[in-house]
Amino acid sequence: MSESKDHNTRTISVGMIARVEGEGALRVSVKEGVVQDVELRIFEPPRFFEAFLVGRHYDEAPDIVARICGICPVAYQMSAVHALEQIFSVRMEGALRDLRRMLYCGEWIESHTLHVYMLHAPDFLGYASAIAMAKDYPEIVTRGLRLKKAGNALMTLLGGRSVHPVSVKVGGFSRVPLRSELEALKEELLWAREAAVETVRWVAGFDFPDFAQDYTCVALRPSDEYPFNEGSIGSSGGLNISAGEFEQHFREEQAPYSTALQCRLNGASYLVGPMARVNLNHGHLSPLGKQVLADTGLSLPLRNPFHAIVARSVEILYAIEETLRIIDSYEPPPSPSVPVAVRAGIGMGCTEAPRGILYHRYRVDDDGLIREAKIIPPTSQNQRRIEEDLRAYLPRVLDLSNEQAALGCETVIRCYDPCISCATHFLNLDVQHLR
Amino acid sequence: MFRGDDGAGVLAARRLKTLVGDRAEVIEAELAGLEVLDFMAAASAVILIDAAKSGRPAGTIHRLDASAGPISADLFPHSTHVLNAADAIELGRTLEVLPPRVIVYGLEVGDTRAGNDLSPTVAWAVDQVVERVVHELEGLSCTSGS
Repeated sequence: MSESKDHNTRTISVGMIARVEGEGALRVSVKEGVVQDVELRIFEPPRFFEAFLVGRHYDEAPDIVARICGICPVAYQMSAVHALEQIFSVRMEGALRDLRRMLYCGEWIESHTLHVYMLHAPDFLGYASAIAMAKDYPEIVTRGLRLKKAGNALMTLLGGRSVHPVSVKVGGFSRVPLRSELEALKEELLWAREAAVETVRWVAGFDFPDFAQDYTCVALRPSDEYPFNEGSIGSSGGLNISAGEFEQHFREEQAPYSTALQCRLNGASYLVGPMARVNLNHGHLSPLGKQVLADTGLSLPLRNPFHAIVARSVEILYAIEETLRIIDSYEPPPSPSVPVAVRAGIGMGCTEAPRGILYHRYRVDDDGLIREAKIIPPTSQNQRRIEEDLRAYLPRVLDLSNEQAALGCETVIRCYDPCISCATHFLNLDVQHLR
Repeated sequence: MFRGDDGAGVLAARRLKTLVGDRAEVIEAELAGLEVLDFMAAASAVILIDAAKSGRPAGTIHRLDASAGPISADLFPHSTHVLNAADAIELGRTLEVLPPRVIVYGLEVGDTRAGNDLSPTVAWAVDQVVERVVHELEGLSCTSGS
């Protein structure tokens, strides 16, 4: 963090945002006590993978896009296969459809638990890290690790391994589990269900700043279930469109200070992710989920970004319950995949990554080769909204030391669980070579 | 598909798999985050190999004895996953689930652009680390990961 001051100008720079998946930088300018500029600089090799996909056969796409992010590979795979299946008029039904939901559940459990326990809870309890928090709360951190492991187990069984799953393919899976393999997970999932309930109660007891904002929430809105892979794209402002209409309403813009693109809905910021999903789809939570959410005393719609940790925890519970529901009704499909008849076309897919909707569009030729790819991740959709939250929050911390002000800003950013360097392991890439 | 030198740990693990036989279990941890704790569970000794980026020249080999005391997360500061291997080890130490013996090898990397192969310098360092780990295994009965 650095600070520069003249007689009436103060600049707060946070060079690296800790405990965010990836790294970014925040620059804030204040003049005479008024916030002038808020720039969240995201270091992202933004479109390498879009270019990398061009010329590849469609069946390579799931394995390639899984490499974009180690935290949400399933999301990238799901948006890719659903977009490609749209081109080939393939529709997932029955057990295959359920297994894809279950795989997504595994990712939500893993990703959400990592964020709730290891990355975000330390903010509310006054610790610099999960390691420091573990000294005083070893049982709680151990519970978080075990809960995350329940998600890992699902990913390993369904995806072939816990990171970068390899079993997903256009048309289904390369292998589906035996009923006995799923049954073997049940005991731990029943423990996890109780742990998830405790998690919601635990985080709901945190001391939240009073910071209600006016959000336009955007999420998938299936008619009869909580969203993962299907549903129209809806908003709290009345939007109701198909994935194929996404680019007519949502547009990406390049922020001059960031390598990431910012996406806007009809020119304005919007919110995606757990809080938007809960606000738009809470009617599809299970009875237990609804009750646990009601017990928190929070009123819907959630409007305080600090309540995202509660929404995230409610979704951990939902993912576990949904997994148990699917296990109980599971009959292995006759085949792990359905036939795919390749043809040229354009397909769009939009699914609910842990951090919010993830849009993919592909153009494929007659040989099944990808000729064009577009990927819009949730963090680029939330980025403008994060900056607006920061602009509203900054007056509360301007009188604090730079260190404390920076910590306050980081806390706001972490509410979004942003996956800032989704496409890289290290940040000091020469992005000019990746475009 | 590797990200240039970032694949050093995985490649070292694959090399070791062919060399150590049943003397040790070799695991490709891939992301080297919190999962490391699960992989280490029940092991009496662990050798962890990961790409490092601490500012030293590419090809530099770091060897840290995590059993002797805390190791710095600065060795692996640029992971997309803020809880990196060093964090996982320190969390394990706090929760008292760390194996009795934990050795960490960090291979300093240079070019980490996606799709690139390992640079010759880091490839040489991988060879060196593999040789050293095989030698260390002679004195250990351990599980190794990357």
